[in-house]
Amino acid sequence: MATPTKLASRFPVRAGAPTRRRLGPTGFRRRMAHHRKRTLTPYLFLLVPVTLLAVFTYIPVANMFWYSVTSWNGISPNKEFVGIDNYVEIFTRPELFGVLRVSLYYIGASVVQIGLALYFATVLSFHVRFRNLFKGIIFFPYLINGVAIGMVFLYFFQPGGTLDSALRVVGLGGLSQQWLGDPDVINYSLAGTSVWRYLGLNFVLFLGAIQSIPAQLYEAAELDGANRWHQFRFLILPGIRPIIGLSFILAISGSLSVFEIPWVMTGGANGSETFVIQTVNMAFRYHKVGLASAMAVVLLVIVLLVTWIQRRVVPDEKVNLS
Amino acid sequence: MRKYGIAGMALVLSLALAGCGGDDGSSDGAITGEITVLTQRTDIVNTVFQDYKRRFEAKYPGTTVKFEAITDYEGEIRIRMNTKEYGDVLLIPNSVTADMLPTFFEPLGTVEELKDRYRFVRSEQSFEGTVYGLAITGNAQGFVYNKRVWQQAGITTPPKTPAEFLAALTAIRDRTDAIPLYTNYKDKWPLGQWEGLRGVVSGDPDAAIKLGRDDAPWAPGKEHYIIDSLLFDAVAQGLTEPDPTTTNWEQSKAMLGTGKIATMMLGSWAIVQMQEAAPNKADIGYLPFPLQVNGTFHSVISGDYKNAININSKNKATARAWIEWFANESNYAADQGGISPVVNQPMPATLADLTAAGTTFIELNPAPKGEEGLADKIGNEAEIALWDGAYRQRIVDAARGARNETKEQIFADLNRKWAETKARLQ
Repeated sequence: MATPTKLASRFPVRAGAPTRRRLGPTGFRRRMAHHRKRTLTPYLFLLVPVTLLAVFTYIPVANMFWYSVTSWNGISPNKEFVGIDNYVEIFTRPELFGVLRVSLYYIGASVVQIGLALYFATVLSFHVRFRNLFKGIIFFPYLINGVAIGMVFLYFFQPGGTLDSALRVVGLGGLSQQWLGDPDVINYSLAGTSVWRYLGLNFVLFLGAIQSIPAQLYEAAELDGANRWHQFRFLILPGIRPIIGLSFILAISGSLSVFEIPWVMTGGANGSETFVIQTVNMAFRYHKVGLASAMAVVLLVIVLLVTWIQRRVVPDEKVNLS
Repeated sequence: MRKYGIAGMALVLSLALAGCGGDDGSSDGAITGEITVLTQRTDIVNTVFQDYKRRFEAKYPGTTVKFEAITDYEGEIRIRMNTKEYGDVLLIPNSVTADMLPTFFEPLGTVEELKDRYRFVRSEQSFEGTVYGLAITGNAQGFVYNKRVWQQAGITTPPKTPAEFLAALTAIRDRTDAIPLYTNYKDKWPLGQWEGLRGVVSGDPDAAIKLGRDDAPWAPGKEHYIIDSLLFDAVAQGLTEPDPTTTNWEQSKAMLGTGKIATMMLGSWAIVQMQEAAPNKADIGYLPFPLQVNGTFHSVISGDYKNAININSKNKATARAWIEWFANESNYAADQGGISPVVNQPMPATLADLTAAGTTFIELNPAPKGEEGLADKIGNEAEIALWDGAYRQRIVDAARGARNETKEQIFADLNRKWAETKARLQ
């Protein structure tokens, strides 16, 4: 992708002549004061976002680290320091990690999701009839609130609900089963919902990346006799590799910390409990905020670790198509 | 100059963000000024509660009552109680254990002073002989059911044993189209209602104390064994909804009224709500738990949420007046079909079915010093959380074959966790 490197050279140099002209002959001190104020301005602007970031992100995270070394119950005014006891407890209770198995369903689903997104993005990057309509349809679910999606899909999966009716209409009524009631099926149903929801985001990322590939490359490829598959294989795929890599990182860290959809739809019942649901239950059902904070820290470390391994295995290369 | 204007604006904005808050007029001793009352009744805060406000303000001129209704009351209030701003009057959340009461709430008086005037103050939300909350209403425990459906199935008297109860549910399954027993599994808290049967099964006012001292509450013959076995067996015999993971609480009310559901285990507070959702109010009835001790049914009556005063309140006198007025004059309990918190008020009409079945009403005894809320503390620490319903979801899952566990295995596991935690806490 082409990034403008000499951005600065496109704009006139700011210091110098224009300011000098406005100042009188005795303007040296005034100029200095002016200069100082001018350097202060960006910081004043930064003040608001940085304050917001600190208040809503860094301070709570710091607090979480602090809670994770206490045995706080979430309400008591004194928080007893217990050192690394919570971490010891997490690593001596293997059943706490058992729920990570559920994440495998979502990792599998995200591979499907990225494949589908790539397919749709490629198809819709060429000239297709109703292109914009399809773009809208694919992206739309991402705009819907996750809780609403959970509600909608709850009705969708109900016995005799939308899915069963649809299957009956096309003559596949025999396939209908308890989509959420059967512990062997529930995680496929939930992961499928997740694909439906997040497909649009991947799709838009891919589409944007594909459209940033210069058009003359396609022309050249066509002159050389490349068909659509060749264009995809040798132009599009290498061209958007960084975005695909990023999507995988987001997908895997997202799969490790799935929460919204299973929480709204099942509350983690019937074998759909994920690590984050377990953490939330620990904090708000059993009132072990200390232990839950430690679990959150452990999840953070796991996500960082997985991302790091991923970056080592698939290094981020500079793309050069020209 | 325009540049500085923007910079200044950024500064002003950040200051505005920092400076939120204020304080309200305080008054010591006199019943006047403004109070904020927190409530969980989002459904009637703009109707019935406005009427309460008008009547209270008429009785005590110069007072203003403001309501704040919270949808997820249990979840939100606990977090908010980390600050000082949690209203002047609030409902004591269930998750606050007795030993934490003095930290958050203003004492209302001793048990000795209040026990002749108010129900439920002896053992609930009191700590070391001091009372911290007055109940808004009171409940009995049992099963809410559709009389018409039960009659259709040929059952006209309340079952007296769990086996009779299961036989009745089987008859309903075979002879009607109704779901015999609806668990409301998905919403989870309805399964937590089963915990209210503590003391109902044994008819023993000391049931909660004994539970805290017990090493194996799920051993055969114990209350939890009987309650959870009934649930397990009903599900295992196919007497509950086919797919429990897609149940819906709001829908279930109408389904009971129209006879699509025959029975649900809920506290007596549910009777009025079920009647409102039913085409014919007279169809809704209430059954005692199917077990008799010395030839009679038992039901535990206990307080619902308790109104209490925030210890940081600046207007405690008015808050106190509101609590007393709410218990004595608001008529909330009667309107909700509940048991009045005031001692000499009669039992509500909603419990006529229980009375007709010859049910003995008992109140649980207060725990001795040092054992307040012990059973629930063990439950939370052992990650069973008795009142939450999640552990009963596991029982339902196992009973319908969605988990590879037998009833005995689950009970053994629960007993083990319980005993280990209990030993650790002592």
